[in-house]
Amino acid sequence: MASEEKHIILEAKDLAIGYFSKRKVTTVSEKINFSVNKGELVGLVGANGVGKSTLLRTLASMQPKISGEIFLKDKPLTSYSTLQLANQLSVVLTEAPASKNLTVLELVSLGRQPYTNWMGSLSPVDKKAINGALKATETEILAQRKCFELSDGQLQRVYIARALAQDTPLIILDEPTTHLDLYHRAYVLKLLKKLAVETRKSILFSTHEIDLAIQLSDKMLVMAPEGCYFDQPCNLIEAGRFDALFPKETITFNTETGRFSIKK
Amino acid sequence: MERAFIYRSYFIVLFILLAASFLINVSLGSVSIPIDEVISGLFGGTTSKESWQYILIDYRLPKAITAILTGSGLAVSGLLMQTMFRNPLAGPFVLGLSSGASLGVAVLILGASALGGFFGGVLVSQWSLVIASAIGTFLVLLAVLAVTFKIKDTMAILIIGLMFGSVTAAVVAVLSYFSNAEQLQQYIFWSFGSLGNQSWKSILILSICCFAGLLLSFLSSKSLNALLLGENYAKSMGLRIKRTTFLIIIATSILAGSITAFAGPIAFVGLAVPHLTRQVFTTSNHLVLLPAVLLCGSILMLICDTLAQLPFVEYTLPINAITSLIGAPVVIWLLVRKRKLLF
Repeated sequence: MASEEKHIILEAKDLAIGYFSKRKVTTVSEKINFSVNKGELVGLVGANGVGKSTLLRTLASMQPKISGEIFLKDKPLTSYSTLQLANQLSVVLTEAPASKNLTVLELVSLGRQPYTNWMGSLSPVDKKAINGALKATETEILAQRKCFELSDGQLQRVYIARALAQDTPLIILDEPTTHLDLYHRAYVLKLLKKLAVETRKSILFSTHEIDLAIQLSDKMLVMAPEGCYFDQPCNLIEAGRFDALFPKETITFNTETGRFSIKK
Repeated sequence: MERAFIYRSYFIVLFILLAASFLINVSLGSVSIPIDEVISGLFGGTTSKESWQYILIDYRLPKAITAILTGSGLAVSGLLMQTMFRNPLAGPFVLGLSSGASLGVAVLILGASALGGFFGGVLVSQWSLVIASAIGTFLVLLAVLAVTFKIKDTMAILIIGLMFGSVTAAVVAVLSYFSNAEQLQQYIFWSFGSLGNQSWKSILILSICCFAGLLLSFLSSKSLNALLLGENYAKSMGLRIKRTTFLIIIATSILAGSITAFAGPIAFVGLAVPHLTRQVFTTSNHLVLLPAVLLCGSILMLICDTLAQLPFVEYTLPINAITSLIGAPVVIWLLVRKRKLLF
């Protein structure tokens, strides 16, 4: 049991998330408990507005939590400095990078910033990490292309490559499958699964592709208005957690096929 | 590696262009001096006429150096602003920084007389001009930044910049109503922008300010590259946003503030040069772009100054008018051709 615990990369205990404004605190979701182990792929699903992005932003230290605790490698998240955090956690956000006037190679190289000197010059180790990231995401042939020339599917792979080049034990992705066609959605999620297995990185991603996530994730965090449930996908199906996600009069979940269907 | 070779050859071309435009700038003017005399006069030799030596060393050389300093400084501050605000339209002039500097100088020159003539002559020295315009720039930049933190809309920032321009114009109008003709003239001549009539002492001050600003910019190039992805990504890669933003603000205020103080508000160099440079160096990597922008800014400013002092004519046109006449069409041309300004 003791050795098991050492492999926990990210852990949230009784976490409440939301926003602070001038006078009041708006809690979006609370009593969130889950943990991500080394080499695990964890999917985060829930309806629009339930707080998926807020949770991921809180976990990535981009906004403060309201209460509860977040541990990254057994240390409180708040105890990490910005640079220390950049060594442990990389992100792929829904927002596109502000400038697309970079080549793919330049953008992926930026992922090495936590390790480079003040000029950002790349050492052989950095170059190896960059090449490895390009190879893993099959973006080597795009290396000299400008980001504004790429399709959404290609761009998403490039963003993942940048996070990979940062070489952190934990990668957090906020809806990496939006704006993609079915093939690319499946491609991206399969890529994440492959990365988790091969590189032993822990990957936490949010998505609306619930059926794909059920097939690929090791564990899933289901965020519903009445509460959050964290378990293996099969256990969640048995417990009927996916039924609770959406209003039943519109969409039902078929526990046998693991798919949603529209109620006619 | 191929790319690095291309960049290197571009840099060599830029250096040659800089040397050429510097020589042309120095050799042209209301008095015609043969080019071989110019070269011997500049490099410590003697010229066949005593007056030529004087014209070269005490008038044309300081002016050319001022052109190089202002051109490079304004262009680099434009680049810093475009990256920091992640807005291709940002620049010291558009964001109201020059207006802020103008306001500072207007308050100093005109306000001195409005408050009473006693301070007038005492206050308006070179250094107080620099300090006033740097403070003006700094305050406007802080205001713009405060708005940026509150409103994430870049269009709003540009509108705020325009508003600062209007406020400056209004304050200047009020101040000029109460000030005497002499001081009004001093302010108006300052606002035309001029690279000439700088003493070696003021060039030294300007160089110190420019070098400090440029050094800070170069030290920030890694952070600037991270900021190209947006603040959230930059932070996730270990960048301390507040410290970086502060450094960039300081660099920009020193550059734009000191230059505006000495040479007056010069429009469009800060906006147009980074875009022109990106056309040639097709990269946003600041390690390449910063030196390239610096060189292009110097070259453009030397050319503008050469045009401003029409050869063999006694008049010198306001430099601000020339840069606007060249800069505005360039920005329009880039927009029409590319339909979108990248940064």
